[in-house]
Amino acid sequence: MSFWDYFRTTKPATAALAKERLQIIVAHERAQRGKPDYLPQLQQEILDVISKYVEIDRQDVQVQFDRNDDCAVLELNITLPEE
Amino acid sequence: MSKIIVITSGKGGVGKTTTSASIASGLAKRGYKTAVIDFDVGLRNLDLIMNCERRVVYDFVNVINGEATLNQALIKDKYTDCLHILPASQTRDKDALTKEGVGKVLDELSETFDFIVCDSPAGIEHGALMSLYFADEAIVVTNPEVSSVRDSDRILGILQSKSKRAETGDEPVKEHLLLSRYNPIRVQNGEMLSVEDVKDILAVPLLGVIPESQSVLTASNQGVPVIHQEESDAGQAYSDAVARLLGEDLEHRFLEIQKKGFFHRMFGGKA
Repeated sequence: MSFWDYFRTTKPATAALAKERLQIIVAHERAQRGKPDYLPQLQQEILDVISKYVEIDRQDVQVQFDRNDDCAVLELNITLPEE
Repeated sequence: MSKIIVITSGKGGVGKTTTSASIASGLAKRGYKTAVIDFDVGLRNLDLIMNCERRVVYDFVNVINGEATLNQALIKDKYTDCLHILPASQTRDKDALTKEGVGKVLDELSETFDFIVCDSPAGIEHGALMSLYFADEAIVVTNPEVSSVRDSDRILGILQSKSKRAETGDEPVKEHLLLSRYNPIRVQNGEMLSVEDVKDILAVPLLGVIPESQSVLTASNQGVPVIHQEESDAGQAYSDAVARLLGEDLEHRFLEIQKKGFFHRMFGGKA
């Protein structure tokens, strides 16, 4: 800290931080919009079924939901462990 | 055919009721037959803001249940001829507002009124959903503050998915952003989100900016919608917003720091 800084009363521009945080959370929440509420449960149940046969982690089951103009696509991506 | 306008925000305490009272009064002042409905069942306050709390006999829920006619429940405004108020029920629970019931009351109001202003409760529960369901246009009241902006974005999502217009695939609800409690000094100091910041995030056309103003509190103390205080900055900002709502193209005011004149500083007027 330099000598002159002791005389300055500049406050940090918190508005810029607020804007940045909002842009991130709003973008995230918009991406969730329009998706069915059952997705997390669907993911869990698929995980449970596969776990009966193979040992996998939660992040190995990816559930994607996309809506185009007139059709919805549910994409399941399951990564099985290497033998 | 009347136009149904919902005043909404998601977050509480941002100025929905103040805005409903002033926008409805502004439309009526210009000669449009206007009805303003309080949807906040159990926590009604529009009656207090519009100074008719002692004249409430029947309410919105009484009309829905057929216990009173619309004409019995509507209260004529004290200040403006063409304005009527339909108060919320203070005793029932919010589920008393059925979609069919609300639709029927709005249909009946549409026969006589040019504008129907719906004052939404806070939150995204039943009462709030009912207030926006039939809307043609929505005024989203937002404060330049993180939780209010986030909740406004959430409400915009609900307008786009759960309104009648969204469900029937009709033309979408026309959205307007009304930024209230705006303080240009704090914006200049970098402490408050600016108009441009909020517009960038929400991407909704700006209807107006209401400056943070002492006159809003003094107006509510007296039960006079602040738009009637023609010398106050907030009152003028609401008048401008009403003009824009009716299609006029006005420049936004009160975005810059108001310079006080010499006499003002010397003798300390409070406007």
